[in-house]
Amino acid sequence: MSLSKERCAELDELCRVFRIDVLKAVHSIQSGHPGGSLSVCEILTLLYQEEMNISADDPENPDRDRLVLCKGHAAPMLYRNLIEKGFLPKDSMATLRRINSQLQGHPSNHTPGVEMPSGPLGIGLSAAQGMAMGLKLNGSPARVYAILGDGELDEGAVWEAAASAPKFALSNLTAIVDYNKVQLDGTTDEVMPLRDLEGKWKAFGWNVIRCNGHDISALHDALENAKKVADKPTVIIADTIKGKGVSFMEGKAAWHGKAIPDAELAQAIEELGGDK
Amino acid sequence: MSKAIREVYGTVLAELAEKNKDIVVLDADLSGSTKSAIFGKAHPERFFNMGIAESNMVATAAGLATTGHIPFVNTFTVFLTTLGLISTRAQVCYGNLNVKFGGAYCGMSDAFDGSSHHATEDIAVMRSLPNMTVLVPSDAASTRWATGFAVEKQGPVYLRLSRDVYPDLYDENTSFECGKGAVVRDGSDVTVIACGLLVHKAIEAAEIMAAKGVSVRVVDMYSVKPIDKELILKCAAETGAIVTAEEHNIYGGLGGAVSEVLAWGGAGVPTEYVGIQDTFTESGPYKELLAKYGVDANGVVAGIEKVLVRKKK
Repeated sequence: MSLSKERCAELDELCRVFRIDVLKAVHSIQSGHPGGSLSVCEILTLLYQEEMNISADDPENPDRDRLVLCKGHAAPMLYRNLIEKGFLPKDSMATLRRINSQLQGHPSNHTPGVEMPSGPLGIGLSAAQGMAMGLKLNGSPARVYAILGDGELDEGAVWEAAASAPKFALSNLTAIVDYNKVQLDGTTDEVMPLRDLEGKWKAFGWNVIRCNGHDISALHDALENAKKVADKPTVIIADTIKGKGVSFMEGKAAWHGKAIPDAELAQAIEELGGDK
Repeated sequence: MSKAIREVYGTVLAELAEKNKDIVVLDADLSGSTKSAIFGKAHPERFFNMGIAESNMVATAAGLATTGHIPFVNTFTVFLTTLGLISTRAQVCYGNLNVKFGGAYCGMSDAFDGSSHHATEDIAVMRSLPNMTVLVPSDAASTRWATGFAVEKQGPVYLRLSRDVYPDLYDENTSFECGKGAVVRDGSDVTVIACGLLVHKAIEAAEIMAAKGVSVRVVDMYSVKPIDKELILKCAAETGAIVTAEEHNIYGGLGGAVSEVLAWGGAGVPTEYVGIQDTFTESGPYKELLAKYGVDANGVVAGIEKVLVRKKK
């Protein structure tokens, strides 16, 4: 079933607020990764606030859905979602990257709600695969989501997992590529061309869906589609824009991991509809 | 009696899995060599061949561990502790996940394949990782214990296993303990602290030295991390000289671990290091390699003689 227009609008509003909160946190510590946090916003928000069967009141439930943020540098957007779900205190965003904080620069599973440490690229999909294999052995209905960056696809280890997940027929595994076409040093075309991305995943044996990664309704339909495939994993190649929502950040590699000056923060918040 | 260590490991793992349904085993296309195939034959539904993809294998095990399973990952020691290292560090150890590492061909035990297939830095690598336990069995009984211990212990455990056949050292009823070493031969002039194959070589060396009137104590330090500080300091105090012996680079392995304890304890006594002398190795018959690189009984004898000269000064 498709998501109602009302629910999509609610999630869009959450995304707007999350973007502002993430930019404020990254600005406050003058360190972090704004670009990739903004591009993955709808993907994470839809999964955490709508799709996944998880609860902060029952965090160890063996049948909970799992998410591995393979592109761990988007941690601030993950944390903002976990706060919304009640896994972390509301005021914890202000502690991002600070000493003694639960909010590490890259995710740690010692943080409530985080299932797997991430940061080094290339190994998250394998870990998500292991979860999917384990859940299958346990007869659990839970699903596993792996969120990859497109720059991350440079890592050869990603393709090791791309080869093995179809071998084990992991229909309970959905990978989502945050395809924003920009990595740290430049565009993906400049740094390492990805070429026929859909064709590559298809050749490895995946069910491949392409959609607009900022369209909640389209993303939702893609996730529903994935659930209907019984014999193979699904990858959703989600077309996104790095720095989405802030004009001067959009599509700019420079904003991959750059501190935000005061004036730029004010402009960004204004463009995102203001701090209501 | 003597048994191939890899064979004992594979057999014990398959036996333990009869009772413990959480055990799962992964291999990287070397199950016939690592002997994880013994498990695979007995429990095919819990055996996963990951192909020649060590990084994928270890990271998959990290995921499996979060769903209540106890994954054992297996391949040649050198590939496990290099190609598999990123996940070992960033997921398994950082996350303190319940993954067990079977490093099948330690030291130069894959002799003819040459340096590319020898593991001479794995102890250094694995013991530098927080949360990791490092065990080096020296015979069938200690391999049986270490494998069972790995199942029971919560958190990552590294088993340094050999392709080789080791003579029996302990009877089946021996009790072992993580964090402890065992005095396998008593002596008063010098202590050789060894692990794995070199425990046997040290015992041979002790016999050679006995004929020369030197009393050598031999310690099997099967638990390299955590290490038996108390025993090391006691040996330093009682014998006044230490020789470490391992089939590993002299840097960062057992020798390094023992030296850290001696320095920490303010117990500095003359110490010599028997091991691969910070060099790459080569192809050849195993015995000849051990002799050439000084990690046999003669190598240990040489270490003892050197340390005794320094002890007298």
